[in-house]
Amino acid sequence: MKLIINKLSFNYKSIAALKDVNLELGVGEVMSIVGPNGSGKSTLLKCIDRILKPKQGAVLINGRDVANMKHGELPKIIGYVPQNSTSTFPFTVFEAVLMGRKPYIQWSVSETDKEIVAEILKFLGISKLAERHLNELSSGEQQKVIVARALAQQPQILLLDEPTSNLDIKHQLEVLSIIKGLTQSRQLSVIMAMHDLNLASRFSDKMAMLKHGCIFAVGTPKSVLTEENIESVYGVKSHVTNSVLDSPQVTPIEPIATGVENSEESK
Amino acid sequence: MSTASEVKKLYAKGEKRKVLVILYAFIALLIITVISVSLGAGRPRFMEAAQVILSKIFPFLGINPGSKNTQNIILLARLPRIVLAIIAGAGLAASGATMQGVLRNPLVSPFILGISAAAGFGAALAIVLGIGVFSPYTGYIVVANAFIFSMLAMLMVYGIACLRGITPETVILAGVAVGFLFSALLSLIQFVAPEYEALRAVVYWLMGQLFTATWEKNLIILPIVLVANALMVRHSWDINVMSLGEETATSLGVNSRRVLLICITLGTLATASIISFTGIIGFIGLVSPHIARMIIGSDHRFLLPCSILLGACLLLCSDTLARLVFMRSELPVGIVTSLIGVPFFLYFLLSRRRQLWH
Repeated sequence: MKLIINKLSFNYKSIAALKDVNLELGVGEVMSIVGPNGSGKSTLLKCIDRILKPKQGAVLINGRDVANMKHGELPKIIGYVPQNSTSTFPFTVFEAVLMGRKPYIQWSVSETDKEIVAEILKFLGISKLAERHLNELSSGEQQKVIVARALAQQPQILLLDEPTSNLDIKHQLEVLSIIKGLTQSRQLSVIMAMHDLNLASRFSDKMAMLKHGCIFAVGTPKSVLTEENIESVYGVKSHVTNSVLDSPQVTPIEPIATGVENSEESK
Repeated sequence: MSTASEVKKLYAKGEKRKVLVILYAFIALLIITVISVSLGAGRPRFMEAAQVILSKIFPFLGINPGSKNTQNIILLARLPRIVLAIIAGAGLAASGATMQGVLRNPLVSPFILGISAAAGFGAALAIVLGIGVFSPYTGYIVVANAFIFSMLAMLMVYGIACLRGITPETVILAGVAVGFLFSALLSLIQFVAPEYEALRAVVYWLMGQLFTATWEKNLIILPIVLVANALMVRHSWDINVMSLGEETATSLGVNSRRVLLICITLGTLATASIISFTGIIGFIGLVSPHIARMIIGSDHRFLLPCSILLGACLLLCSDTLARLVFMRSELPVGIVTSLIGVPFFLYFLLSRRRQLWH
């Protein structure tokens, strides 16, 4: 589905977290949101999914404002993968992924629901974990379970908040390849907040760079990841080359002493 | 790599097993009930008890109901008390499981809003002020007072929590504060209580007992507990999803604050209506959900019914024991629940390897 973010603003109490954000995402596209801690990446994702109510502006899906959608409609369109998701009580992997079917079930679970969950587990290669408890898994496995839960919603748009931050390089590549694959096989549109610029550049069609809640640059990874942009947004001197995979490769060199003041990212 | 259909079958098998566990728990409750009816002070044993009950349920069968005395013991003394134990155990356990779920905290009991202290204060006030002097245990004024103050505590907690937004943290902390307030007031009343008899009555009330059970009282408590339990079970999926945290719950279309408020109110209503009649019966509401979780897992669709049945079994066992061990004097059941519940609980705790919560 086509997603348009129109003049979106959001405040935490009196602190402005997002200012006049405009973005567009087409069907089957992957967009990375990059930027330093506290630049508003997570807040932007939460505003798109109505977890936070924006102060101004609108999020339009195929031309419809999400604020006007019926209760229970949005969870069938947008799947959200939070930064960290632990549950207090031990659920099995199957049960956890089944919760992604919540928007479709009232009380009893249909055969279709179970089939969908089993198919997704197989698709992500975690079938053998189905009866294991969530808190017995490694971070990489847990991340796949959370992605699986979001996919169980059968969404057309997937939002991921730093999906690779706790993962080893193999799991990073696995998770991102799966997501990239879904954009082709299921026409899924993806927005992900990313810290790792090189992974972001490799797996994204589009990239938006945030600074203090504003869009600083938007476009292809090649046009956004320039040494000048990285210096003025992150306050870091860097060297950008073309990688063997033909995507921009950022090598950070050193922070600029009298640089940007970074606040800790608020959750 | 297992195929999708195998995974699905495996889960379906697990579901069936859980339904069976619930069925077994129900059968266990029936057996305990039958044993409990057949035991106790006075002569009637199993056969006589069965005759009395069958003759009442199926009058057309023409079963000899036995002597008037036997009938009285079964129908007016034992049965109302057994029924109360089942209702109270079920209600407390369901409230405990629900509240632990929506507040995402395994240490939560149904008294989390401070209602045990508040109900105690209300009851003490009525007892000490001499209302219902002649029958301080059974007086409806004590009951009404206990209930009113429970509701007052609940509203106070909501009032305080609202100032910062209703979240598990604000509800729990406000509940603790209100609980301390009422327990201070309760202590104050006990301290200034003019006569020994009133003080004794207050202490006795606080320990919790079921021997004042009557059909009339059961008919007041039953509908409240029944409706509250049914509504809590209906919210099973919401409670499941809420254990993933507020953000994920919102993204799955669950309004956490609304579900939190509904579930806490239902649990508190059920609990208040029970303890207003019985006094403070602790332990059941805290521990039954944990035992149930260890047996059947965390999916509230199964966890709630299982907790309900376990709570009923636990309280009925405890009260039957309280009746038997001290035939003449009435041992408060609140003491027995912990005495027999703790070893039972520890057994389950130590025999499990898996992490219990995060």
